[in-house]
Amino acid sequence: MSEQIIKLKDVCKIYQMGETEVKALYNVSIDIEKGDFVAIMGPSGSGKSTGLNLVGSLDLPTLGNIYLDSQDISHLTESELAQIRGQKIGFIFQQFNLIPNLTAKENVMLPLLFQGIDKEERESRAEELLNLVELQDRMEHYPNQLSGGQQQRVAIARALANNPEVILADEPTGNLDTKTGEKVLEFLNKLNEKGTTIIMVTHDQDLAKEHAKTIYSLKDGSLEGVYKRTGKSWKKL
Amino acid sequence: MISDYFKLALKNLRKRRLRSWLTIIGIIISIATIFVLISLSLGLEKAVQEQFRLLGTDKIFIQPKGQAGGPGTASSVSLTKKDVDVIEKIQGIKKVTFWTAGNAKIEHNKKIKFVPIIGIDLDTSDLFTETGAYEAQEGRLLKKGDFKNIMIGSRYKNDFLGRPIKIGDTIFINAAPFKVKGILKPIGNPTDDSLIYMPLEDFRPLFDIPERVDTIIAQIESGKDINEISSSIEKKLINSRSLDKDNTDFIILTPEELLESFGSVLIIITAFLAGIAGISLLVGATGIANTMYTSVLERTKEIGVMKAIGAKNSNILIIFLIESGLIGLLGSVVGILLGMLIGKSIEYYAVEYLDTTLLQFSFPSYLIIGCLLFGFLIGTISGSLPSYRASKLKPVDALRYE
Repeated sequence: MSEQIIKLKDVCKIYQMGETEVKALYNVSIDIEKGDFVAIMGPSGSGKSTGLNLVGSLDLPTLGNIYLDSQDISHLTESELAQIRGQKIGFIFQQFNLIPNLTAKENVMLPLLFQGIDKEERESRAEELLNLVELQDRMEHYPNQLSGGQQQRVAIARALANNPEVILADEPTGNLDTKTGEKVLEFLNKLNEKGTTIIMVTHDQDLAKEHAKTIYSLKDGSLEGVYKRTGKSWKKL
Repeated sequence: MISDYFKLALKNLRKRRLRSWLTIIGIIISIATIFVLISLSLGLEKAVQEQFRLLGTDKIFIQPKGQAGGPGTASSVSLTKKDVDVIEKIQGIKKVTFWTAGNAKIEHNKKIKFVPIIGIDLDTSDLFTETGAYEAQEGRLLKKGDFKNIMIGSRYKNDFLGRPIKIGDTIFINAAPFKVKGILKPIGNPTDDSLIYMPLEDFRPLFDIPERVDTIIAQIESGKDINEISSSIEKKLINSRSLDKDNTDFIILTPEELLESFGSVLIIITAFLAGIAGISLLVGATGIANTMYTSVLERTKEIGVMKAIGAKNSNILIIFLIESGLIGLLGSVVGILLGMLIGKSIEYYAVEYLDTTLLQFSFPSYLIIGCLLFGFLIGTISGSLPSYRASKLKPVDALRYE
């Protein structure tokens, strides 16, 4: 039995929209093991992005508990959460979300700055990571001088800056064509092979089936099913 | 580490170049105004102190009450030669001189002007000369025995009275002819530089002022206490003029007192002008706050991203505070340079066209550093509310913002 890295226990996220309550997530319990490649699937409005935000400590649950590395993060302050995000979690977004007026290298250096790491180390680490995503010749380029695929690779490098245990990817290929999307996922697979836990939100079933090891299917804020890969076939738990 | 945040802030400002500059202009104008006003008043103070230094610290001035405004001012009471004699006899007094002023019509080559004329006592005129630090630029100063001679201010050398006047020319004063014996070196302000000085013996019949003395200048012996002597002058004058000591009709001034009263007036004027400039600074600060609010709104998503990759609230706060502080700092750098330029131009034109060296600007380093710090502070203060708001944004909401 491998170690658990993330555990959601009876998590609810309820929004108050005027008079009515919207249950974005309702009584969801998930255990994610270290080194897993998880795909969270579901139609829009199923609560998958809400779930990802909670796992990524960007948001706090209305009810229930979330454990990261067996630490309960459901009641931490904003600054403590920021610390955890910076050290343990790397984010990849559908829109890449690079800071437009910083170069590729500076974008990768930014999370290291927030951790108080000195400049020399920040630079060498950023160069190393941009090498890893094969962008060594694009380091001084600004985001608007890079293609979508290149931007997403910079974003991957940025997500890896602090050696996180978990990478959260929200529709990482949503804004890319199939070929460049494949390349981005190749990188994620490579990382996963080295032991990084990947949690990816997608609505693309083929993509999920090809790359993930575990698939959580959400519908209307509840967990509909959990599927595990065994070799080439999938088994519903 | 903090230098990295400065670099980040500078990059952000450069990205919105036009808006940054428009905001900075507001600060430039207000800092330049404040800088010019303060350096002007500092310069004035320096110029005044210089004038008083020339005056010396061993002289006491006695004038009738209500006449402190200037020479020749109408006044119900007057001092006379009798008072001069009283003062002369006081222990510790080295020398006493006095003068009387009047306005006269002067004429030269059919050109007519009305100017103040000073009648000086030629027996003691060396003390008068020392007090005013008068020096002849051409010709010589008046001396004992001069009759129907005058010395004139430096402006007459130019075209103040039609044609330039030379030594030996004749000027008609209230229709009586006077010969120019000396032209004085410029004093630095147009009023003093257009005065005419004549022997008191000529002055009295010409103006029909047989007795009146407008100002008595008493020099004390060296080593004596000026305040002690000034109070004994007061006592003696009260006695000889048979006055009530709570109701005197003359005033006694020492250089220190003059300097002090002038200094306090200067402070009030400076504070008033700086207050007006402060209003423009307030407008500039509002501009910064407005720009920063817009910036926070525009970059909400960016803030969300930064929080997602580990920025704490304090990191965001610092980035935005430095940004608004830099607006203030840049504004004050340019404002100070502009202020220096304005100050130097005013100084130049004052000398060139107004014949005055009293409009001096002084730029001490503490004023420059103070203005820089002040600009940065104004920037951070006006940016603090928007920055706080940015730092408090919830990451999920900020990320979702389009």
